[in-house]
This record gives sequence, structure tokens and C-alpha cells, in this order.
Amino acid sequence: MYKILEKTQFSEKVFKFRIEAPEMAKHAHAGQFLMVRANETGERVPFTFADWNPEEGWVEFIFMVVGKTTKMLSTYEPGDAILDVTGPLGQPTVMAPGTTCVIGGGVGLAIAYPVARTLVKTGHEVHAIMGARTKDLLLLEDQFRELLPDDHIHITTDDGSYGEKGVVTAPLERLLQAKAVDEVFCVGPVPMMKFSTLTAEKYGTPITASLNPIMVDGTGMCGCCRVEIDGKTKFACVDGPDFDATKVDWNDLRARQAAYRTEEGQALKAYEEANCACHR
Amino acid sequence: MPQVNGRFVPDMKSPRTPDNEEPAEERAHDFRPVDKGFTKEMALAEAERCMDCKKPLCVEGCPVNIKIPKFIEKIREQDFGAALDIIHEDSMLPAICGRVCPQENQCEGRCIRGKKSEPVAIGQLERFLGDQPELASKPQMKPANGKKVAVIGSGPSGITCAGELARNGFDVTVFEAFFTGGGVLVYGIPEFRLPKAVVKREIDGLKELGVKFEFNSVMGNLANADELLNEKGFDAIYVATGAGLPKFLNIPGENLPNVYFANEYLTRVNLMKANKFPEYDTPTKHAKQVVVFGGGNVAMDAVRTAKRLGAERAIIAYRFTTPRPRASRSCRLSRRSSSSPARTATCAP
Ligand SMILES: Cc1cc2nc3c(=O)[nH]c(=O)nc-3n(C[C@H](O)[C@H](O)[C@H](O)COP(=O)(O)OP(=O)(O)OC[C@H]3O[C@@H](n4cnc5c(N)ncnc54)[C@H](O)[C@@H]3O)c2cc1C
Ligand code: SF4
Ligand code: FES
Repeated sequence: MYKILEKTQFSEKVFKFRIEAPEMAKHAHAGQFLMVRANETGERVPFTFADWNPEEGWVEFIFMVVGKTTKMLSTYEPGDAILDVTGPLGQPTVMAPGTTCVIGGGVGLAIAYPVARTLVKTGHEVHAIMGARTKDLLLLEDQFRELLPDDHIHITTDDGSYGEKGVVTAPLERLLQAKAVDEVFCVGPVPMMKFSTLTAEKYGTPITASLNPIMVDGTGMCGCCRVEIDGKTKFACVDGPDFDATKVDWNDLRARQAAYRTEEGQALKAYEEANCACHR
Repeated sequence: MPQVNGRFVPDMKSPRTPDNEEPAEERAHDFRPVDKGFTKEMALAEAERCMDCKKPLCVEGCPVNIKIPKFIEKIREQDFGAALDIIHEDSMLPAICGRVCPQENQCEGRCIRGKKSEPVAIGQLERFLGDQPELASKPQMKPANGKKVAVIGSGPSGITCAGELARNGFDVTVFEAFFTGGGVLVYGIPEFRLPKAVVKREIDGLKELGVKFEFNSVMGNLANADELLNEKGFDAIYVATGAGLPKFLNIPGENLPNVYFANEYLTRVNLMKANKFPEYDTPTKHAKQVVVFGGGNVAMDAVRTAKRLGAERAIIAYRFTTPRPRASRSCRLSRRSSSSPARTATCAP
């Protein structure tokens, strides 16, 4: 059992948990993740470390409510316990020294933020491009603003409800044109990562993508998380989650991510019906 | 027990006692154990078939050299506790090994009775005893020797080592990456071939011997060898992390959705109970037509699982033209298909 020490709500659907896990806290690195099984009937879902503290013995992760498991987790309160938490898993994020542009799209911002924070801590200059479909879905703006100067934060929304109307590639292109960044890190929906990659490639700037395929064990045993990198099969949970973005087969990733869409919808619906106020 | 001049006379006429199986048409739709195991009467009858050979080849065939004719003799004498004690001298996991060992390549494969007729059902007899653990004598525990050992992984290798060390006075901690113990025994081998309750019983038995278990502990990531030895005070580490990574075929399309490595397919169902979705959150596909590449135990487990998930057609495709793939008896093909030299075969559920 892993006790929830603190719960922070960033917006309607975005939460942060601080979990008691002393050993994990001693060994966590940016870009690595943990896997949660909330209860006896739960599935195993990966979350990237948002923060950790070896002295106080806790780790944190940020999540957005998207399906049944995250919806259920959002009802947990401090003092409650999560049945199983496993980690650290995966390889740490490694970026060359210099100026990094961190791009986060949608829920990907929850992963981009801890990476940006670690980069700042380790002496990088960081630009953040934050993308969302619409203003309400933009995560962690306050946290990014606390971390970075305003002129290093670039916000885009698809519908123009906030920041610049359009997608993340527009500010990326400007930064690359101005030769303001040495390296790019991106995480988010497949089309966003794919087009960011094409843009970075145009300028010959190295770009890393943090891939998020579905996982089961997270230890390299099952092959569920496999991705195609440069024509070769890799396991995101042990070889990644970070890969050279120019080598990723995006169509393959997208297809594998969508494999359980129907079932995910079914599970959420069943959970909502069983837990909505009118049935209680 | 028939005797001549004080010596036991084996029953040379009776055929091998058949497995006590659920009918195929009934068991194909759920995950209940296929093989109910020998009854006492069946075990006694089968024990009569053993010739108590002077040079028992079965023992040579057994990787841990269990004294097979000796324990079978105790079965004949109906002293099941003593029989189990004899097995325990060499193996602590008879309930598991009796079910999943490839006996036809090991003890039974060498059994002298197999030369003229069918080998003695050694695996079934072993399992019969293993399923009555309460009959065994309390294990002899050596006094604590003050040495600490870390065992990494809780599959059959890890739990055997842990039990052995604990009985010899070591202070043992097993570190397991998953949330539960058993390794392949719980995530790979299906319930219908090895009930999870059997594995749990073995793990609980180790806990009673004082073995500690740390689950959710991916060693290497959570602590490395240096830390275990120098900071946490372990004197030795036993690494039993299993075979690990699946093997690729390197064929086009192998990464498409709905293409699984057996480990994923089986883990979803066995460990995460995807067959009970949405009561359990992990889903799996319930395909109508399934093809499995391979011919070993894993392939059989996968194809039989596919059947139970509702496949109308489940096919084994195997690269060799041998009449019978490599699977052990507990997951063998049906007789009809096993005699056919074809490259594909349908499987008995
Ligand atoms: C589906 C299937 C069916 C099979 N059927 C048969 C059969 O009928 N007969 C037979 O003889 N053999 C069978 N086998 C093979 C048999 O299961 C293996 O030989 C056996 O499990 C090996 O045991 P092990 O203890 O070495 O490893 P495993 O059972 O693989 O156990 C390794 C354990 O270590 C854990 N681990 C891995 N890395 C770490 C780490 N870094 N830190 C902590 N823990 C870690 C894993 O989670 C796992 O629990 C089958 C295998 C499969 C996959
Ligand atoms: S070889 Fe067969 S018949 Fe001979 S002792 Fe072993 S089990 Fe009995
Ligand atoms: S999630 Fe199973 S191998 Fe990566």
C-alpha cells in the first residue's frame, strides 16, 4: 500500500498526488515513470515522475482524468492508499547542455513540466511551447510560469481561445529560425509530435520524443509497449520512453495507442453509471 | 499389494491410468482446471504399475533426481505423508512440477515401462501428493546463521532457492517486480493448467518459513547490487529474473494492433484477469479467429486461452513438420491433430 500524502488539484480534470515511497524517491530521475494499480481490480497505468524528494521519502505524479482509472484515482484523497506503485521504470531523459525547447501538447504537458523543471535545475535554458485544443484544456500554466520567464513560454490553442491560434509548430519554427534552441523535447498526441519532428528536422535540430504507448508490465517482459524506431522494434518501457523522434514510426504508434479505444470507453461508461449521483 | 517371496510384484497388465479430465466441450468455455488430478484409487492403481527398477532411469531423467520409485512405494503402502517427505528431500514444489514439468521428456520419457507399454504416470502421482501438503512432516529448519540473502524474482527458480536457503538458516528476502509472487507461474501459465491457488499456497508456505517478500520492487532500478550488499547488509544475491524478453519474428506487420506476444496475451488474462473485463479494468481482444505461431507450451497456453475467450477458430502454425510440437503433455494437442503431419493443427481445449 502506498499512502497518498498530498493531493493538489490544478484544474477541473488535472491532479497531482504525492505518494509515500522512500526507496523510489531515492532512485527516481526525470523522464522515468512509475506504474500504478489503484485497487484489486485495477489495470496498470504508467505516470511520469513529476517530482520526488529522497529526504522526505515521497514521489509525485500529475494526471489528467481521461478514462476509468484516472477518473477513479481522482476520487482518492490524502490518507487513502494506492494498492501498488512500481518504479522507477524506463530510462531517464538526457538532454545535451544548452538551450532546450520543451513542447507539451494536451496531457503531455504533465510530462513536459517535470522534464522542463529538471532541465532548469541542471542549468539548461528552457523554452516551453504549451499546446492545447482550447483554453480549458491547457494544463499547468501557473507552474510553467513559475519556472520560466514569460518570454520563454509560448502558448497555442487550436481554437484561438487563448495564446496564439494554431498549433505548436508555429512558435517552434520561429525559435528554430532564430537559432534560439539547440535541442527539442516533445511529448503529446502523435500528430503534434510528428509535425514537431518534421519541423525540427527541417532545421537539422535534434529532437527527442517521449512516447506513450499502452503498457502492461512496464519491465520489458510483455512487448505491449513496442514501438518501431528506425525500422527496429523497441520496448518503450525499458528502451524508452525517450527516443530520437526522427526515427519513430508514427503510424505504428498511433495505431497501437488506439487498439483499446472501444474497451476504454466501455470501462469509463460502466464506472460512471455505477458511480454517478443518481445511482448512489 | 501383491507380493512374491516378500518382494512386490508390479501390475504389468493394466494400462496407464488416464488423466482425470473435464470433458473438452464443457471446459472449453471457462478457465476451470482441465485436469482434476488423480483420486486416491487412481493413484493406488497407478502406483502398482511401477516396477521398482534396480536401476531406475526415471530418476536419471529427473533434473533434480527425485527418488521416484521410493515415493511410489510409499504410495503403494498408502503412507502418503512419507511419500511426500521423500519428494521434499529433492523438490519443494511437487504440486506445481507435477502439473507443468515436461515429464514426457524427463522422468516419464525415460521410464522403463514406457519401452513396451506406457510409462508410469509419475507427474500425476507427484501432483497427487503435492496437493496434500498437510500430510508432510514439518520441514527441518537449521538454526539461523545470521546471513542475509536477497533473491531477485519470485518465479520457480526464486522460490525454490528462497525455500532451500530459509531451511538452511539463512535470512531471505525475495524482491519481485510484480505485485504478486510466482513469475511465469502466475502471469504466463493459465489457471486451467495451474490454478493460482496452488502457487499462492507455495508462497504462503515460504512466508511461514520466515521468507520476506518485497513486491513492486524492480531491482536494478529500485536498488542495485552495490546497495544491497553494502548498504542493506545482504551477504549474497541470487538473480532469478527469468527468461525475459519475447523473441521477434521480424516479419512485416508484427507490430500491428491485435498482434500479441504470448507474454502480453497471457499476462492480460492470467495476471490482470482481462477475461473478466469490465469487472477488472484490463481489457483484451475476444477474436473469432486466432492464429498462434509456435508449438511449445506457450503456444498451447495461448491457443487454449483464445478458445476460452470465444474464438471460433484457433489455429497453431508451427514451422516444423514434426507430428507433434514440443509442448509438454499437460498442454498437448488432441490425438487427431497430433498424428497429422500438417503444419497447422487445431488444439484440444
Ligand atoms: C506461458 C508459459 C508456459 C510455460 N509452460 C511450461 C511448462 O508447462 N513446463 C515447463 O517446464 N516450463 C514452462 N514454461 C517455462 C517456465 O515457466 C520457465 O522455465 C520458468 O518460469 C523459469 O522460472 P524462473 O524462476 O527462472 O523465471 P520466471 O518465472 O520468469 O520468474 C522471474 C521473476 O522475476 C521477476 N523479475 C524480473 N526482473 C526483475 C527485477 N529486475 N527485479 C525484481 N524482479 C524481477 C519477474 O517479474 C518474475 O516474477 C512456460 C513458460 C511460459 C511463458
Ligand atoms: S523407470 Fe518407471 S517403472 Fe522403473 S522405477 Fe522409474 S517409474 Fe518405476
Ligand atoms: S509494457 Fe510490457 S514490455 Fe513494455
